[in-house]
Amino acid sequence: MKLVTAIVKPFKLDEVKEALKDAGINGMTVSEVQGFGRQRGHTEVYRGAEYTVDFVPKMRIEMLADDADVDRIIDTVVAAARTDKIGDGKIWVTDVDRTMRIRTGEMGPDAI
Amino acid sequence: MDTGDTAWMLMSTALVLFMTPGLAFFYAGMVRSKHALGMLAQNFFAVGLIAVLWALIGFTIAFGGTGNGGFFGNFDFLGLKGIGQGTFTGWETLTIPAILFAAYQMTFAVITPALITGATADRMKFSAYAVFIGLWLVLVYSPVAHWAFAGGWIAKMGALDFAGGTVVHINAGAAALAVILVLGKRRGWPHEPMPPHSLPLTLLGTGILWFGWFGFNAGSALAANGIAAQALMNTFLAASAGMLGWLLVERMKSGHATTLGAASGAVAGLVAITPCAGFVGGLSPILIGFITGGLCMLAVSLKYKFGYDDSLDVIGVHLVGGILGSLMVGLFADSAVNELVASEGLLIGGGAGLLIDQLVATVATLAFSFVASFVIAKVLDVTMGLRITSEQEDEGLDVSQHAETAYALAGRMG
Repeated sequence: MKLVTAIVKPFKLDEVKEALKDAGINGMTVSEVQGFGRQRGHTEVYRGAEYTVDFVPKMRIEMLADDADVDRIIDTVVAAARTDKIGDGKIWVTDVDRTMRIRTGEMGPDAI
Repeated sequence: MDTGDTAWMLMSTALVLFMTPGLAFFYAGMVRSKHALGMLAQNFFAVGLIAVLWALIGFTIAFGGTGNGGFFGNFDFLGLKGIGQGTFTGWETLTIPAILFAAYQMTFAVITPALITGATADRMKFSAYAVFIGLWLVLVYSPVAHWAFAGGWIAKMGALDFAGGTVVHINAGAAALAVILVLGKRRGWPHEPMPPHSLPLTLLGTGILWFGWFGFNAGSALAANGIAAQALMNTFLAASAGMLGWLLVERMKSGHATTLGAASGAVAGLVAITPCAGFVGGLSPILIGFITGGLCMLAVSLKYKFGYDDSLDVIGVHLVGGILGSLMVGLFADSAVNELVASEGLLIGGGAGLLIDQLVATVATLAFSFVASFVIAKVLDVTMGLRITSEQEDEGLDVSQHAETAYALAGRMG
């Protein structure tokens, strides 16, 4: 069991979601997040007063996956989210100890 | 009595009243979201409190003994006594019912103290605000209105103020400066960013202000006539040119033409044309608006130099714009536009006489309003406290002062 976490550009979310659905991935959790990496923030000016906005808005997608599906998910997300411009985001995979579907009590891969 | 004039003034009264909600949204968009409702509350509350106080006492201080040439009116019209459907005693040339004149002037009394809320944003106690604007209406606004609008000493001297450059904008701007000197800066200003939470609201408010300003300026002709039409055109052009002037300077200074700049420039142009509206003609309103828009863009930076926290630039836009407008009456006033222009502006060929009168009216209004407002604010600060606590300031005006939230959309109670 793995947790795949992807940070993508907000306008790419729909494409990534559709691509994952087409690839047979049936669930995900999405949240609006802010942060920075190599892509820098920007400057806003209000009546001549400059504010530096360090954090850039991004979308975080989280998916629980069977080990066998992980490569396919990564390839799908990368293909859909890539613009070749700085700030395309990141994707990482972590181990998951236990999973349970709350309604039925199913455990492990059955709970995905 | 004239039905056409009466119809236009009924309309104008509604137009000017609409400016206060417009101002509320203009300001509320510029504050952070936790203070948005607090800003709206203060502006809407001004409509409630000031209208009642105006009927009870403000009107008679401003317009009692009209034409007496003095510093404040007498108490003949206390509680609107004798103000009815007939003509206005003391101003027999008015062709509208006295009660309509009182209602029209009431809308000016409402918006003027509301203008101050832009400077004091995010940190004034609601109770202290309520007491302040009540006292300010009686002790500052009404006497100054008497000076310029009711044949008081400013009018007798020969200075001109068509719709409230001194009475409204310099008066409110000077008061704003006085109150914030007593109140102090917002926590974290100027090093913490305090960006506007909704510029769309600010732009909506700007549109409402611009719309209502036609009643403010063209209505100040107090009749449906050529001078009203001239004032309407001047108002339109000055606002548009103000936007252009601000954006040009902003673009040169910081590289972008911003929406907040467009809104601010239009308002600066509207402020400047207010005292001039029924006294100038030709292309003067374009010059008046353009110059004021550009200079107000520069003036909003003064607060960083001098260290006073004029949160939403009431001083930079209304005080500076009001001063420029009042002085530009002395440059551009034209007797061909309005026979009340006894001495024409400097650039129209009338010499410097009117400009000097305008300067005296400007300085006197500024000084009186600043000193009186400072004293009122200081007394309230010592007796009831002007300012919310640090915890309340972090929490925001909405929750701490009104037990409400402006935006519950995404929260727990969504």
